[in-house]
Amino acid sequence: MADGRTPDIAAGRLTAEEYAANFADLHPPLSRHEALVEADRCYFCYDAPCVAACPTGIDIPLFIREILTENPKGAAETIFSQNILGGICARVCPTETLCEEACVREAAEGKPVRIGELQRYATDTLMADGKQPFVRGAPTGKRVAVVGGGPAGLSCAHRLAVHGHDVVIFDAKPKIGGLNEYGIAAYKTPGGFAQAEVDFILSIGGISIEAGKALGRDFTLDELRQDFDAVFLGMGLGGVNALEIADEDVPGVGDAVAYIAGLRQASDLSTLPVGRRVVVVGGGMTAIDIASQSKRLGAEDVTLVYRRGPDRMGASQYERELAQTDGVRIKFNARPARLVAENGQLTAIEFEYTREENGRLAGTGETFALPADTVFKAIGQTFLPEALDGAAQVIELEGGRIKVDAEGRTALAGVWAGGDCVAGGEDLTVVAVEDGKIAAESINRALTG
Amino acid sequence: MADLRSEFVGIKSPNPFWLASAPPTDKEVNVVRAFKAGWGGVVWKTLGEDPPIVNVAGPRYGAVHAGDRRLIGLNNIELITDRSLQINLEEIKRVKRDWPDRALVVSLMVPCEEPNWTAILKAVEETGADGVELNFGCPHGMNERGMGSAVGQVPEYIEMVARWCKAATRMPVIVKLTPNITDIRYPARAAKKGGADAVSLINTINSITNVDLDSFAPEPTIDGKGTHGGYCGPAVRPIALSMVSEIARDKECAGLPISGIGGITTWRDAAEFLALGAGNVQVCTAAMTYGFKIVAEMKSGLSRYLDEKGLSLSDLTGRAVPNVTDWQYLNLNYVTKARIDQDLCIKCGRCHIVCEDASHQAITSTVNGVRHFEVIDSECVGCNLCVNVCPVEDCITMERLTTGVDPHTGAPATGFRNWTEHPNNPMAKAREPAE
Repeated sequence: MADGRTPDIAAGRLTAEEYAANFADLHPPLSRHEALVEADRCYFCYDAPCVAACPTGIDIPLFIREILTENPKGAAETIFSQNILGGICARVCPTETLCEEACVREAAEGKPVRIGELQRYATDTLMADGKQPFVRGAPTGKRVAVVGGGPAGLSCAHRLAVHGHDVVIFDAKPKIGGLNEYGIAAYKTPGGFAQAEVDFILSIGGISIEAGKALGRDFTLDELRQDFDAVFLGMGLGGVNALEIADEDVPGVGDAVAYIAGLRQASDLSTLPVGRRVVVVGGGMTAIDIASQSKRLGAEDVTLVYRRGPDRMGASQYERELAQTDGVRIKFNARPARLVAENGQLTAIEFEYTREENGRLAGTGETFALPADTVFKAIGQTFLPEALDGAAQVIELEGGRIKVDAEGRTALAGVWAGGDCVAGGEDLTVVAVEDGKIAAESINRALTG
Repeated sequence: MADLRSEFVGIKSPNPFWLASAPPTDKEVNVVRAFKAGWGGVVWKTLGEDPPIVNVAGPRYGAVHAGDRRLIGLNNIELITDRSLQINLEEIKRVKRDWPDRALVVSLMVPCEEPNWTAILKAVEETGADGVELNFGCPHGMNERGMGSAVGQVPEYIEMVARWCKAATRMPVIVKLTPNITDIRYPARAAKKGGADAVSLINTINSITNVDLDSFAPEPTIDGKGTHGGYCGPAVRPIALSMVSEIARDKECAGLPISGIGGITTWRDAAEFLALGAGNVQVCTAAMTYGFKIVAEMKSGLSRYLDEKGLSLSDLTGRAVPNVTDWQYLNLNYVTKARIDQDLCIKCGRCHIVCEDASHQAITSTVNGVRHFEVIDSECVGCNLCVNVCPVEDCITMERLTTGVDPHTGAPATGFRNWTEHPNNPMAKAREPAE
């Protein structure tokens, strides 16, 4: 029996039924009737605002009309031709800040067309067939190395295969899929969807996988540039930001990204230990995800503390409300000051309130303490440039990430990059897909021009 | 991807989707936009003799809307081209030169005299256009001058003008038929007799869409007055389909190619016209409602349908015609009963009330005191009114009885007997020779 002075971290807090319910599909798929009713609401706009808002430029009015005329597989092809990861995007894209925010029916009635759910309805029908809608182009004899099998790398590889090039995807993890496989909240991609999608994409042919191979450790960029005709870097963000307060290594303080990766790979959720009182430091999607998932694993009190106000939060209002509906308490304008430990275990975390002074964050001097069995760091991921060391020339960085031009080219000849590892992006799956696609077209022009 | 390449009366186009002669095909700028959007062909808005007619400078359209202001019927009081013949001909020549793979047919309407037709045909030939369509269908404005539907309603005139045109040109001649007539077969037969290469139908239907209840004038209202116009759009599709099928089934019209027009909005609409005998289709209202991009869905859907069915475009043409018959030959021993899927039922009760008020009182509203909708076979006549009013797709379906008798009538539910053989029919063919 925990008594507040000893930590209470335990597995198996819930029944099997509760785990199943908490991690079932957050948005069950639309039925045919629901899809037809919803598709009927689309006005088929000219130069549709939703298309402009979509980073991959999916022809949304057309695919919705194809659903409406009972041609959902046609709709799926329309989607996949612009975004080969339309399946995962339909499940995880923050449509509330992209296409659905731009939808004219949001302006007209405050009720946008449910574009994300319609996209899932369409892509599910085609993926159920198990048939790849695209054909591999006639082999060109050119070989491209793709580093990172996440959405950027998969998108790039598939488009290169459409053009007939050979692709080898290298990934440090045992499975490819990147954050789709290891990071996205479990209740957004239940049923092994991430791997099913990977199989669907690879079925075009001409793409081979080298899993468990890390850039820098198992091969170098220079070797790739020698052995291949082009290289695409899509390895994402390998590092996590530290809290930068004393005793950050005390047991009980954890990395949200690592915990979520473990959660996604766990075949039995009841084996995952979760604190009774959990505090999450951060304000982005990862912070929300770890907070919600901790609650869904049976944590009693989950508090998310963000150092700025709600208007500066990385997580959208929709995501925030999701967490709050799950029972997560959100506190604003406070940053970690001190970790409190007893007998070498975390028991509490102290925060200091903040305010903005001349554009900079400053402490107010007022503090409060939250009892905590677990503290999760979710204050941002970073690009690890060390893996690029050993390259004869140096890749230019900007803001700590790889600098690229509008075609995805880095400063190094023959090397492109895309996804979270490049500078200036929005760290969204859909943006990674677009980066990969643009780079593939650029690579194709370079190899065939 | 199925091959959508189409050939109609020898005119080739990359797909069977043409735009009908109307405002969307009024000028070069419109037609070029249409071709850029992927339409297979156009019929240029009807040319007439100079000086051109004048359109009203005010509202030209009335509309019928379904829910959510969805446009399902459009009524127009617009006339043929209001630009000079010369300008039109120059534009047609330029567009045909720039878009050689697309069909470009020119619609024509001139006074009912042979020299008038001969002259304009010569002028159109010089543009390089692929063919002509004779407009015998305009129900307003032009028929007041002895043109348009004033010709289309008189089969003898149709035959006469078609013959003049076939004598005056080697271009394919398509005759556009007006639906404002009792029996569409007569005009179609007349067109065939006159040598027309094909017929296209329907043109618009005489209509008034609304009456303004404050000004007491029909809409569209011009300075306090209104007039009847031509109705088109999804609302007219069933009328067009029926007329196309009548011509397709008619022995005298056998082999006469048909261009199907009338409310085609989606791939399925087009496929239905083709199945009933049309060799290609023409679209107007859908383009006027949504813009030219509408063709993308039509091509995508038709292509996938043909692939899934393993049919070519020409396989589809007329495929349903053998199944169009007269009422008296329908099998009266074919018995169906409605079935309500309780998992899909949302318990709105609409099926019950329409059956109760307007049919045969065959659907429950409560069972054992609980709101529950179920079919009573002994009362159900199989009319399927409930299926058509139910808001949930496939919630109610018709199930055929395959054995025994109809619980409602006691009549057999197997085998075949039509009205011509029924004892209630005073004109029934005797089964046994009279003794």
